[in-house]
Amino acid sequence: MSGFLGKLSWDALPYDPIVITTLCVVAVVGALVAFLVIKNNLLGVLWRDWLTSVDHKKLGIMYIVLALIMLMRGFADAIMMRLQLALATNGDPGYLPPHHYDQIFTAHGVIMIIFMAMPFMIGLMNIVVPLQIGARDVAFPFLNNLSFWLAASGAILVNISLGLGEFAKTGWVAYPPLAGLEYSPGVGVDYYIWALQISGIGTTLTAVNFLATVFKMRAPGMKLMDMPIFTWTCTWANILIAASFPILTAVLAMLTLDRYLDFHFFTNDGGGNSMMYINLFWAWGHPEVYILVLPAFGIFSEIVSTFTGKRLFGYKSMVWATASISILGFIVWLHHFFTMGSSANVNAFFGIMTMIIAVPTGVKLFNWLFTMYRGRLRITVPVLWTLGFMVTFTIGGMTGVLLAVPGADYVLHNSLFLIAHFHNTIIGGAVFGYLAGFAFWFPKAMGFHLNVKLGKAAFWCWLVGFFLAFMPLYVLGFLGMTRRLNHTDNPDWNIWLYIALVGAIVIFAGIACQLLQLYVSFRDRKQNLDTTGDPWNGHTLEWSTASPPQFYNFAEVPVVSDIDAFTDMKEKGTAYQRKESYAPIHMPKNTSAGIIMGGLLTAFGFAMIWHIWWLAIASLVGTVVTFIVRAYTTDVDYYVQPDEVAQIENEHLDNVAKG
Amino acid sequence: MSTAMNTHDAHEAGAHHDEHHDTGSNTVFGFWLYLMTDCLLFASIFATYAVLFMNTAGGVSGKDIFDLELILAGTAALLFSSITYGFAMISAHRKNKAGTLGWLAVTFLFGACFIALEIYEFHHLIVNGHGPQASAFLSAFFTLVGTHGLHVTAGMIWMVILMIEVAKTGLTGRAITRISCLSLFWHFLDVVWICVFTVVYLMGAI
Amino acid sequence: MLTRILSKVALALMVGLLAGCQGGVLDPKGQVGIEEKQLIIVATLLMLLVVIPVIFMTLYFAWKYREGRDEIYEPKWSHSTKIETIVWAIPIVIVIVLGVITWKSTHALDPYKPLEHEKEHINVQVVSMNWKWLFIYPDLGIASVNELRFPANVPVAFSISSEGTMNSFFIPQLGSQIYSMAGMVTKLHLIANEPGTFDGISSNYSGGGFTGMKFKAIATETEADFDAWVEGVKAESIAGSINNGILDQASYEKLAEHDLDAHHHEPTPVQYYNSIKSSVFMDNVMKFMKDHGKVELLKGTVFDSKMIHDNSSHGHMDHGEMNHEEMNHSDMNHNESNHSSHDMHTEADK
Repeated sequence: MSGFLGKLSWDALPYDPIVITTLCVVAVVGALVAFLVIKNNLLGVLWRDWLTSVDHKKLGIMYIVLALIMLMRGFADAIMMRLQLALATNGDPGYLPPHHYDQIFTAHGVIMIIFMAMPFMIGLMNIVVPLQIGARDVAFPFLNNLSFWLAASGAILVNISLGLGEFAKTGWVAYPPLAGLEYSPGVGVDYYIWALQISGIGTTLTAVNFLATVFKMRAPGMKLMDMPIFTWTCTWANILIAASFPILTAVLAMLTLDRYLDFHFFTNDGGGNSMMYINLFWAWGHPEVYILVLPAFGIFSEIVSTFTGKRLFGYKSMVWATASISILGFIVWLHHFFTMGSSANVNAFFGIMTMIIAVPTGVKLFNWLFTMYRGRLRITVPVLWTLGFMVTFTIGGMTGVLLAVPGADYVLHNSLFLIAHFHNTIIGGAVFGYLAGFAFWFPKAMGFHLNVKLGKAAFWCWLVGFFLAFMPLYVLGFLGMTRRLNHTDNPDWNIWLYIALVGAIVIFAGIACQLLQLYVSFRDRKQNLDTTGDPWNGHTLEWSTASPPQFYNFAEVPVVSDIDAFTDMKEKGTAYQRKESYAPIHMPKNTSAGIIMGGLLTAFGFAMIWHIWWLAIASLVGTVVTFIVRAYTTDVDYYVQPDEVAQIENEHLDNVAKG
Repeated sequence: MSTAMNTHDAHEAGAHHDEHHDTGSNTVFGFWLYLMTDCLLFASIFATYAVLFMNTAGGVSGKDIFDLELILAGTAALLFSSITYGFAMISAHRKNKAGTLGWLAVTFLFGACFIALEIYEFHHLIVNGHGPQASAFLSAFFTLVGTHGLHVTAGMIWMVILMIEVAKTGLTGRAITRISCLSLFWHFLDVVWICVFTVVYLMGAI
Repeated sequence: MLTRILSKVALALMVGLLAGCQGGVLDPKGQVGIEEKQLIIVATLLMLLVVIPVIFMTLYFAWKYREGRDEIYEPKWSHSTKIETIVWAIPIVIVIVLGVITWKSTHALDPYKPLEHEKEHINVQVVSMNWKWLFIYPDLGIASVNELRFPANVPVAFSISSEGTMNSFFIPQLGSQIYSMAGMVTKLHLIANEPGTFDGISSNYSGGGFTGMKFKAIATETEADFDAWVEGVKAESIAGSINNGILDQASYEKLAEHDLDAHHHEPTPVQYYNSIKSSVFMDNVMKFMKDHGKVELLKGTVFDSKMIHDNSSHGHMDHGEMNHEEMNHSDMNHNESNHSSHDMHTEADK
């Protein structure tokens, strides 16, 4: 039997009371959700309209749901770590022994970056980019659905590790030789490898898909330098994905070969070189942070120009600044390991390259400032996030440049100063950006407004919580506290660790406000419908559609002659024109191939992790066969008839006229 | 069946007028983008090979194990297969179904020769104790050459499926798009192989 | 407004810390650390020149141009060559200044560069193990675990390697840290300007017992005090100390033993070795390094030196080559310091 199930046995089940409690809560919540779905007869709707959907807007929403679920998982990890460090002072062991604590900080990093930030970013991109360029869908709708299921597959594997076996105890970077078989013989690193590998391939496909969409499917008249700024930043992020994720795929494959087939890429013996892993990992890892933050910059640009009622200041500067950040982002990876013993010339080169990135980033900040200048700023929830970002991110940028000075990094590397810095940029930059985008585009995607009071409360909790949680970490870094410690015995550190825990609790209040906001807004949705489709007096084409947009996006593909295409139409009076007749619209049909392939690949990953070879082979063959069958299906599309289009369009235009 | 075909034909007809779906040109462009990502995958493995090729752990190095004549034969097979794929492409554009199928079959055979030689080489190395577990150099060598070999194998499977499609439904617009994509893939693998041949075998054997 | 207050509090905290805090990197007790602290302060102040105005402008513009105030409104104003030139120029100027500082300081603070000092440096070979630090004094013939002793005002040259996983050797109050990696030797030069006991840590996570991987770095008041300690270790006469006899391959391997599966890891107590097999450090570096191509380099293969020449002339784009350069950096040092122990290893690798 042990052969049949590989390494899987009863020992894989958890014995830790914390884990068991968590699993029980998850089971209860899962059962509740399943019950509600079945009771309200939503199973069919869920399958037909969502899980098998190839509509970029629905996929975008599913990505964001995934991101929010994983945000809660990742945040649970975060608050457990903060609690451990607040309790485990003065030599006290705290409540999390290293074998558990080490999994938590690894999972926290992996989840927040790969399964929270990435899906959130890709979700917003899915909802908005095709609408902004006046396209009816992405270039490859089925591939888009598949990408989502690959991301979900990775997320599922990470969560299975909670209940079966363990997750990696290596830190989210999984440096060998620690991540090699010799020092990590358990299944933890294998969960890490397969979760990242499967979702990473999905991400690469997303980038290919959106690059093809943006380069081939822009509305007539829209030159590249007319693209909305969010689309531009996403495009650069996609270029970065296409150029960097294959490196991750390669390096994970090599680690896999080391662990499964006794290869010697990164082992100590046999001539392996673990520095190669570290270089390759960061050749992906550094562009990755720009992948996260560039679209957030785009979101802030859209929000600042929309809510000041102005054109974006320095559009061209913005585009070129984004381009230079993207390109420079590829030649700075060594700053993650100045302390590896590279020569002074090499370290100085990479340090200075890193600083140069501050130039285009600074330009962006100034451009947002001058967009506000002589504008009429409406202080809405998205604007609050933007202002909070501009203040917070400036500090994070400053500490980043400080870390880029090798001489300073020699004493700050791997300290809590570093932890504070990257949370400062990733939370204060990327996450604030996504939450701003969430508040900004929510009415567009869902058709009703979010509750403003709770939105503002969430913002203030996040902002205050952020400063309380992370400013003490800067201090602790200066005090000589390094990262990933399980407990401490320096009384000078205690007060800062306590403040950081309070900060985490305040952030928790922020997350609670957001969940409550979603609930309240959904409950009161009938009173808060966005009937016009243009709640903020927007500049770009997504606001010319209904809320939520017609499933075909545009009855007639718009012709564009300005960066702020929709503002231009409103001014010329060409917006909201009723047409005599419409042409039939060609649309892709939904397909279950994506979810089937995602399910099979989850099984494949699981089988590989537990060495269940028959299942691995069967599920891999199944995946390939499903793909081939899908590729040779001819019944993949249909036409929306003109009378149906006319009916939907007229209804929307009537609503606009009323509003 | 006939309705399905009709929709499909409508799609083909409409594709040329309306650029807002998955038309042939989008597909080929998207596939080209995918090849660029694949190119970076190979670049990463190349970089690793460049770093590790001296790390022989006291065992064999390239010049001890490379049989250049064998490799040259494999290289010739792969290069010829690129030419014959070109002929298949020309036939496809001329709507010559039999010609397309014939040239694809010839390409497949050349590809099969290449893979057979590679399997022979790998097998020979492994039975002589020079498997990928022996040293970092051999790990990197097997991975680089093997990744290319897996790509060629995938291309051959794809070729067979395409041949079945062409045999069954003829040279539809969709089939030609797919033949074009496979063409890109096949020539790309040729270019990668030229790099492998130069960097691994020629430079390693000297 | 709360943001403003908070950011001010944060800045005040940071400034306050710069002024005086105990035991961290801002309370340096060695030349390297002092220079690095000054570097941090200068760089921070330089950046605050932009950061403070940006934060101020953000809040001021948001307040001044908010809806409902009767300020000038220019919805179509979106370009000004003058402003754009300035917003590109300001960060460029600051980065140029910072870049010059970076270039100079990186060379001045290169951990591989021996410190200029009238006194001869003390050599210490450092090995990180799961989860403890082994310090070998090759010139003095002793070794210690989790305790590093040296006289104040005498430079110390560390040769650092690892038995297994990667760690980072770091004494925050003395300055720079450097990674320890198996099969490689990295270098670090530090000095204590005053006597004292400083915390030493690994600052790169290395597994279950990582937290307990700490040591005390003790700078003795005088060289005589240090010599007395050395004699004490040799004579096994230090009260209450654990003495393990000779550090040879067998006792090295015994020390390196660890339990990966343990749920709790007790820190390893301080212990001494009263004598050492002089090659024990390099033997254990070479057991991995012999598998690298560099051994051929030592044999003088023409091919190899050509490769290295090629690499150094290339740009920085290719990580593969980058890596070469790095390895050469650490390996070269190994070559310098270990000509003597070398013949033995070429035999070992055959």
